Amino acid sequence: MGERLSAYAYIAPFFVIFGVFGLFPFAFTFYVALFDWNPIGDQVFIGFDNFVRMFGDPRFWNAAGNTVSIWALSTVPQLLLALVLAHVLNHARLKFALFFRMTVLVPYITSVAATAIVFVQLFDRDYGMLNWLLGLVGVEPVDFVQSTWGSHLLIAVMVMWRWFGYTTLLYLASLQAVPRSVFEAAAIDGAGPWQRFRHITVPSLRPVIIFTVVTSTIGGLQIFTEPLLIATGAPLTCGAVRQCQTLTLFLYEQGFGQFEFGYGSAVGVALFVMVVAIAAVNYLLSTRIKAD
Amino acid sequence: MTTTPRHRRLDRVRWWTYLLLGIATVVCLFPLYWMFIVATTDTATATRMPPEIVPGGNFLHLAGLVMDTVPFVQSLLNSLVVATSIGVGQAVLCALAGFAFAKLRFPGRNALFLVVVLTMTVPTQLSVIPQYLIMSELGWVDTLQALIVPGLASAFGIFWMRQHISATISDELMQAARIDGASTWQVFWRIAFPIVRPAAFVLGLFGFVTAWNDFLWPFIVLKSPERYTAQIAIKALQNSYDVDLGLAMSGSFLATIPLVALFVVVGRRMVAGILEGAFKG
Repeated sequence: MGERLSAYAYIAPFFVIFGVFGLFPFAFTFYVALFDWNPIGDQVFIGFDNFVRMFGDPRFWNAAGNTVSIWALSTVPQLLLALVLAHVLNHARLKFALFFRMTVLVPYITSVAATAIVFVQLFDRDYGMLNWLLGLVGVEPVDFVQSTWGSHLLIAVMVMWRWFGYTTLLYLASLQAVPRSVFEAAAIDGAGPWQRFRHITVPSLRPVIIFTVVTSTIGGLQIFTEPLLIATGAPLTCGAVRQCQTLTLFLYEQGFGQFEFGYGSAVGVALFVMVVAIAAVNYLLSTRIKAD
Repeated sequence: MTTTPRHRRLDRVRWWTYLLLGIATVVCLFPLYWMFIVATTDTATATRMPPEIVPGGNFLHLAGLVMDTVPFVQSLLNSLVVATSIGVGQAVLCALAGFAFAKLRFPGRNALFLVVVLTMTVPTQLSVIPQYLIMSELGWVDTLQALIVPGLASAFGIFWMRQHISATISDELMQAARIDGASTWQVFWRIAFPIVRPAAFVLGLFGFVTAWNDFLWPFIVLKSPERYTAQIAIKALQNSYDVDLGLAMSGSFLATIPLVALFVVVGRRMVAGILEGAFKG
């Protein structure tokens, strides 16, 4: 009896906190999205008007396109780089292994805000080190923040920098589960480094690769701080022509810049639908891979 | 006879491995070093090309400017309070719930644990607008508890602590403690928690780092400068960009240094935590 009561008491904090600050607001998003909801004025039920408006809103589609573009630019190179680094970090005789493993995690403990400040400076058109280096080889200065592809690239570089080491360690964790004798046997049978990478490392990492694709996609849909901090002139739209406004930044702009809580919540619902769609695609892909 | 040279060839680490890892090291550390350079020089030096690569002597002047622009010491303290509360709170609450799911018998245990696992799939970040409405109902807008309390719940933490407690604490040990007359709380606090404290510590570390670096939610919920966390203070410094180029960089540097110091001390345990497969979600 005492054990039962204690058990419920021990798990209660999670359920109370998650219920109040996680689940309830999540469900409430769908409700607020059906209103013209002004936080300091009226709340008028308008059915699906917010969604109709959203589908006809070029700003929404622009933000969706930017989000996908930044996601692709940051995820694909990051995962490939992490694969290669995990492969070399897995070497049994590697010296300073702990140093390298710790170093690649340093960007992860650096905040997004600090990362954004330093990369914007490094990529500055007039005073940035990158443009100075490009200038040495005769390239005209690039205005990364003000151009569409430049700002996407800049944000992608920041995301990649912050996460590639973490992803590397996740891959390394899986690689360490592969018995060393597998690599040795392959080498004795004449497989070179590239063949070992291609035929042992990559296949044994498949589950964790799929996992990181999903998490980086869900994380990519929620990119907010980098675009907010790079365009200092127009932070809420990430530039005058919304060249790097992401969906989460658009949600923030509508909710807390324009005080359109209903419309902002509708964007939240749209983001949720995308997350579910990605999870579903992942599920289909991973069952197909298992079937193979 | 013939296998020996082949073995040696496999075992040898090639030079390009170190080249690659050396480049990765520079890429990881240079932005932090550059932050330090700009935080210690004046604007003219920071924008000179070719760039200065040695620190200047302007650090205290810039740090003073940072303090004049926003209450930065206060914001570092706020970050410390929030991140420590979340780190310690997550470690204890997750160990407690993990202990209940791993070692106690009660109706609905398996179903409730499944619910905990399923909550990991709810993307709560997308519902910031209703979260803000709840905070204003509670009167918690512009308070630090608006950051701390929601951060205490971690489904992943419960999942992870349950794994550790199942693997390290035997039923015999539980029974022996029971026979000695220990209450459920005493069994948890005196026997189970000390055994899993290293795992709870790593969990708390990740909670601390995540809370220290969090941006979106504090940015929404904090209004007055004396409540800012360090990350929001950086944003405020950026707004005064015209004052000095180095100002936001100095702020970023000041907000990053505590975490780098922490990482030097406990970073190997964070690495070990990930390599144990802890943070695969």
